Amino acid sequence: MSGEIAEAFARAKARGEGALVAYAMAGDPDLARSVDVFAACVEGGADILEIGVAFSDPIADGPVIQAASERALKAGSTLKRVLDEVVPAVRARCPQTPLVVMTYVNVVMALGEERYAKLARERGVSGTILPDLPPEESAGLREAFDKEGLELIPLCAPTTSPARAERIVKDARGFVYCVSVAGVTGMRSELPANLSERLEMVRRSSPVPVVAGFGISNAEQARVVGAHADGVVVGSAIVRAAQADGPAAARQVCAEIKRGLKR
Amino acid sequence: MDTQTAPGRFGRYGGRYVPETLVPALLELEQAYAEARKDPAFDEQVAQVLREFVGRETPLTPARRLTEKWGGAEVWLKREDLAHTGAHKINNTIGQVLLARRMGKKRVIAETGAGQHGVATATACALFGLTCEVYMGALDVERQALNVFRMKALGATVRPVESGSRTLKDAMNEAMRVWVSQVEDTYYVIGSAAGPHPYPTIVRDFQSVIGREIRTQSLVAFGKLPDAIIACIGGGSNAIGALHPFLGDASVRLVGVEAGGHGLDSGQHGASLTLGTEGVLHGSRSLVLQDEHGQIIEAHSISAGLDYPGVGPELAHMAKTGRMEVRTATDDEALAAFYMVSRTEGILPALESSHAFARAGELARELGKGKYLVINCSGRGDKDVATIAARGMPPAIQEKA
Repeated sequence: MSGEIAEAFARAKARGEGALVAYAMAGDPDLARSVDVFAACVEGGADILEIGVAFSDPIADGPVIQAASERALKAGSTLKRVLDEVVPAVRARCPQTPLVVMTYVNVVMALGEERYAKLARERGVSGTILPDLPPEESAGLREAFDKEGLELIPLCAPTTSPARAERIVKDARGFVYCVSVAGVTGMRSELPANLSERLEMVRRSSPVPVVAGFGISNAEQARVVGAHADGVVVGSAIVRAAQADGPAAARQVCAEIKRGLKR
Repeated sequence: MDTQTAPGRFGRYGGRYVPETLVPALLELEQAYAEARKDPAFDEQVAQVLREFVGRETPLTPARRLTEKWGGAEVWLKREDLAHTGAHKINNTIGQVLLARRMGKKRVIAETGAGQHGVATATACALFGLTCEVYMGALDVERQALNVFRMKALGATVRPVESGSRTLKDAMNEAMRVWVSQVEDTYYVIGSAAGPHPYPTIVRDFQSVIGREIRTQSLVAFGKLPDAIIACIGGGSNAIGALHPFLGDASVRLVGVEAGGHGLDSGQHGASLTLGTEGVLHGSRSLVLQDEHGQIIEAHSISAGLDYPGVGPELAHMAKTGRMEVRTATDDEALAAFYMVSRTEGILPALESSHAFARAGELARELGKGKYLVINCSGRGDKDVATIAARGMPPAIQEKA
């Protein structure tokens, strides 16, 4: 599965599109039905799936994903169960789509860094995003991931200086996740004016594709941001649609974003 | 003596586990703090405000009737309850708000549990003319109505947090989320010796005024260092402040008392040093109350200030290396101690501090006559009287007292 993420970006590019990384919360509203949401996202055109694993104290997330996290925990979601039940089921229904797990460092530490890396690879996960693990703290975990060929996807923020961004992307695996706004996850009516310059700046030094996330919820935003990135991440808009109207609504959100990403 | 083994690390604990958006702000804070520490004028400014406004130094009071009652070591009380705003929390907020001002920040946010840190932050902000917003669990807003009013009277905005357990940990999550969104112009005053580097160090340094005063006051009062010092531990800011200056004094026993809540077997407590496991919460690696899947367990204590599932990383290191002894006191024991101290010494201790008093009698007897025990009375109990009165006075207390 190595290079699966790179292939997904290449396929989108060959079709003349930016890639859509679709986030949904595993276990929301329950483990089985969240699989339907992931599959619907792929039907809607998602190129990569980001599988959220709930944490009780999600300091990088806004209200929509925070609430989804609470629902998933109530439904019995754990990292182990997501790897055992959700990942294989999504993999079976969407065999072409790379899967990336997004959770918090404590959840991975509790399972064990090496055990997580091994299980994740066995079940078909290609990469992992940990929003509370800056590069200064990631050495041990990165070693465990590298051994299994699991890609640790780094984040850049609007507050990250150019010099720091260069250091961050130098060792990037999979893709670089550029946080578009100084803030938590969630839909925004406006994105910062200098976002395109920052994306281009990160892209110039990055050996892997660069995506923008946080705040993107419609086709127009995807079009504007997608012009300066290899793709976008959409989370809260999908989670909210799925909660309100089920998998079909999540598919619609993805399809709309995908329209915005056509070049 | 310093237990910091690498920048921001205390043995295995500490570090900086935060969203990338905050890392530059923490680097900026680390640098600004390092520069401030090198500047004698900053030190003098903090000392002056503590002297003129806070009322330092706080007394070291002989507790003659407790000494007699327990029949062991001579007992002395470090009276942080007499600091302005009624608790040790003000030592840290004065320092951090002066630091914020030095950094050119106009707006301050804070989280609070019992409300003491919120009141202390609101006070420092009022004193120096900064805007202040305090995040507080909705449950704590209900439990601590008096402190909510005090914060508002001081001009702060109090924002109730409805997520999770609606207590201190959720207030801290929310304050961090808000900080992520407004990091450019906002200073986050963390109230405990927890959080991402450099906060545990900053809070420890500002609170260490407690222990430094205990050192000099002991020498004057009884001609030697204490044989033991005991303090309550939630996040641990009063404990690290009282104990840290004695880390290198092998003759001084350092004792921390955690919230035993309904009992250690009940699953409802705040004993993260005693029963916690290694994890990452609120930006640092420490001992936390969590389930096997890494989900943080809601802590419980009768005291809103100890109702926290984590603990400062330096205290975790001190506990694991054995430099600090850790004990626990239940809700009921803390309540009994509250009445006992009130009636024996004429001091209403905060419910937090009552946990330290609850274990101090045994310690005094263990030490024996001719030894000296200092109890850190971290705050006054006025804020807790509604909580305590609502329970009714236990008959056992009425008889004993």
